Amino acid sequence: MTATETKTQEARPGFKVMTLLEAITDAMRTEMRNDDRVVVFGEDVGKKGGVFGATLGLQDEFGEQRCFDTPLSECGIIGAGVGMALYGMRPIAEIQFLDFIYPAFDQIVSEAAKMRYRSGGEYTCPMVIRSPYGGGIRGGHYHSQSAEAYFCHTPGLKVVIPSTPADAKGLLIASIRDEDPVMFLEPKRIYRHGKGEVPLGEHVVPLGKGRIAREGKDVTILCYGAMVHVCEQAAEEAEKAGRSVEIVDLRTLVPLDEQIVLESVKKTGRAVVVYEAPKTCGYGAELSALIAEKCIEHLEGPVVRVAGFDTPFPYTLEPLYMPDVKRVLAGIEKTFVW
Amino acid sequence: MTSELVTIIEQDGKAQKGKDPALPAAELQRLYRLMVTTRVMDDRGLAMQRQGRIGFYLQSTGQEGSHLGAAYALKASDWLFPAYRQPGILLLRGIDPEQIVSEWIGNDGDTSKGRQMPVHYSFRQANFVSISSPIGTQLSQAAGAGMAARIRGDDTVFMTFCGDGGTSSNDFHCGLNFAAVYKAPVVFVVENNGWAISVPCSKQTASESMAIKAQAYGMPGVRVDGNDVLAVYRVCKEAVERARRGDGPTLVESVTYRMASHSSSDDAARYRDAKEYEAWKKKDPIARFQLYLQQKKLWTEQFETEVVEGAKAAIQDAVKKAEARSNPAVGTLFDDVYMNLTPQLKEQKAELLDLVQKGGVGADIGAFPL
Ligand SMILES: Cc1ncc(C[n+]2csc(CCOP(=O)(O)OP(=O)(O)O)c2C)c(N)n1
Ligand SMILES: [Mg+2]
Repeated sequence: MTATETKTQEARPGFKVMTLLEAITDAMRTEMRNDDRVVVFGEDVGKKGGVFGATLGLQDEFGEQRCFDTPLSECGIIGAGVGMALYGMRPIAEIQFLDFIYPAFDQIVSEAAKMRYRSGGEYTCPMVIRSPYGGGIRGGHYHSQSAEAYFCHTPGLKVVIPSTPADAKGLLIASIRDEDPVMFLEPKRIYRHGKGEVPLGEHVVPLGKGRIAREGKDVTILCYGAMVHVCEQAAEEAEKAGRSVEIVDLRTLVPLDEQIVLESVKKTGRAVVVYEAPKTCGYGAELSALIAEKCIEHLEGPVVRVAGFDTPFPYTLEPLYMPDVKRVLAGIEKTFVW
Repeated sequence: MTSELVTIIEQDGKAQKGKDPALPAAELQRLYRLMVTTRVMDDRGLAMQRQGRIGFYLQSTGQEGSHLGAAYALKASDWLFPAYRQPGILLLRGIDPEQIVSEWIGNDGDTSKGRQMPVHYSFRQANFVSISSPIGTQLSQAAGAGMAARIRGDDTVFMTFCGDGGTSSNDFHCGLNFAAVYKAPVVFVVENNGWAISVPCSKQTASESMAIKAQAYGMPGVRVDGNDVLAVYRVCKEAVERARRGDGPTLVESVTYRMASHSSSDDAARYRDAKEYEAWKKKDPIARFQLYLQQKKLWTEQFETEVVEGAKAAIQDAVKKAEARSNPAVGTLFDDVYMNLTPQLKEQKAELLDLVQKGGVGADIGAFPL
């Protein structure tokens, strides 16, 4: 249980207590009711309701035309999604694990991302590609990767990563309504960890706006997804040792909310960037560069990256690979003592 | 021609006239023992997952005849590019069950050093290429290995497997296309077990069969009863010989059934009709082969007991030995990314070893949820 999760199972009127996973289903259900152009498809999303259960009940409610299983082809799933979007639908394509998205890379990077630009704005590709990502579930190489940097590096794609149930719903609805292709990456490690209050019905969290997950004054941690929760625990520990930690949950990696990042770092004078992906050329490298470019004069210590190691994702030694509380604390210390 | 289902063992256990491959008695009994041992091992794997002793397991129940019959047609020097549902081949190729169980645990006796999820084996000693999770990737690799063997003038044959779901992958197309264009010595075995997790084969393809797809690529396609180990063997033997002669690849569709759920994380009862399972249970490949052995007077109750108990004892012994082993050493996390550690990896390794020495590192990792 962390600061962003409610400790009670009772919700206020107009809210419901949900897991992050349930909030994602709720977002899709809400938009499918709102807009008959919204369709959901992918491997096992129909009768089974997805391997994690994210699409549970959607086929029952909306029928096989609007929620359907596809053949086992990520390339087909995304290519078909691009075609549907071109023809005026609002497709939500599920890729079972982000680790399996690579056969669709061409359709995402060369097609979805560039359609608007290359057609001079004549054709657009408003689609959402949803995919569980990240480690922490003992899934080995191919059920654990954090591949967000590839997509952040592709102009034309938006990249969104929620860390709480309420944000998951609000950001997904905003992504479905967005006029551009959105990679909506779901931190599967926290699909069912802890519940939170989620507004019923309409709930939109705008893309491009981060949030202060915790206020503090000595050091800023920049993070997203499951790492927000690890950082919250680390912040509690650091507080005991007299370090006041501010946590910025980015929520949207592209477009980035630069203002919230820079204001926080200017205030605290120190920054730690935490992400699960391999360290080299990860999203944290971009954040570090941004801070160096735009507010170096406010820094009182080095910008420190706490990240996955530059190895493929391991199986047995996974607990040592994932950034944990101890490593975040060590990172915080490095901004004070260097 | 491609839609006809090749069968040898009839309902009563007799071989169809003129089709019995007439293997020696000892070989038939060995094949039977391998099938039974594979099932015993699979049952044990699932039980260990349920007991929390390993993180994940995936059974091949009902497909023992299919993959064992296919691989039995190869020479030991031939190569395998497997998918993840052919564990019997490891036993056929003489892998010590302790090494298999070590892979499930991911300990220091695992050939892949605890880097992959359970059942993703790699056994170079058996010409068994490292298994990948991404569906289909092995198919084009098998084509390339076959092309290489042709360039080098070797007579090695390459057998590769995928499921019905795998036929929709990009690599199915390019693998078959390349193999056919370059006449690569490859046998593509599609184990059509009716399901790709919860997606039935009817939603995977609109073709009347998987075998018929071979026509479009310019290679022979054969449909064989995958629960008839002798039929699979016979069909694959012909395909292997054809490949070795230099006449190019063959697509074999082995029609079988996934009797278990997809994996330890799946519950097939949620999307599959129990009647379908019951119908296929009657076609169990082990029972079918047992009938054949009975007809040949190669099976007795006593033989059965000896086979089953022998298999259980062997697996039990393997589990005991494997569980006594340790985790791979922490530093191995950084090995094998490249031949040599890069300066960055050296630095990261030192940093982790230092933290480990100070204690308290190691995230609390949950269980694999699907
Ligand atoms: C490229 C890719 N997409 C999705 C998955 C997830 N997945 C694992 S097994 C599987 C179904 C495979 O079905 P099939 O090829 O018929 O093989 P079977 O499991 O029946 O042996 C899926 C979708 C994957 N491993 N790789
Ligand atoms: Mg299948």
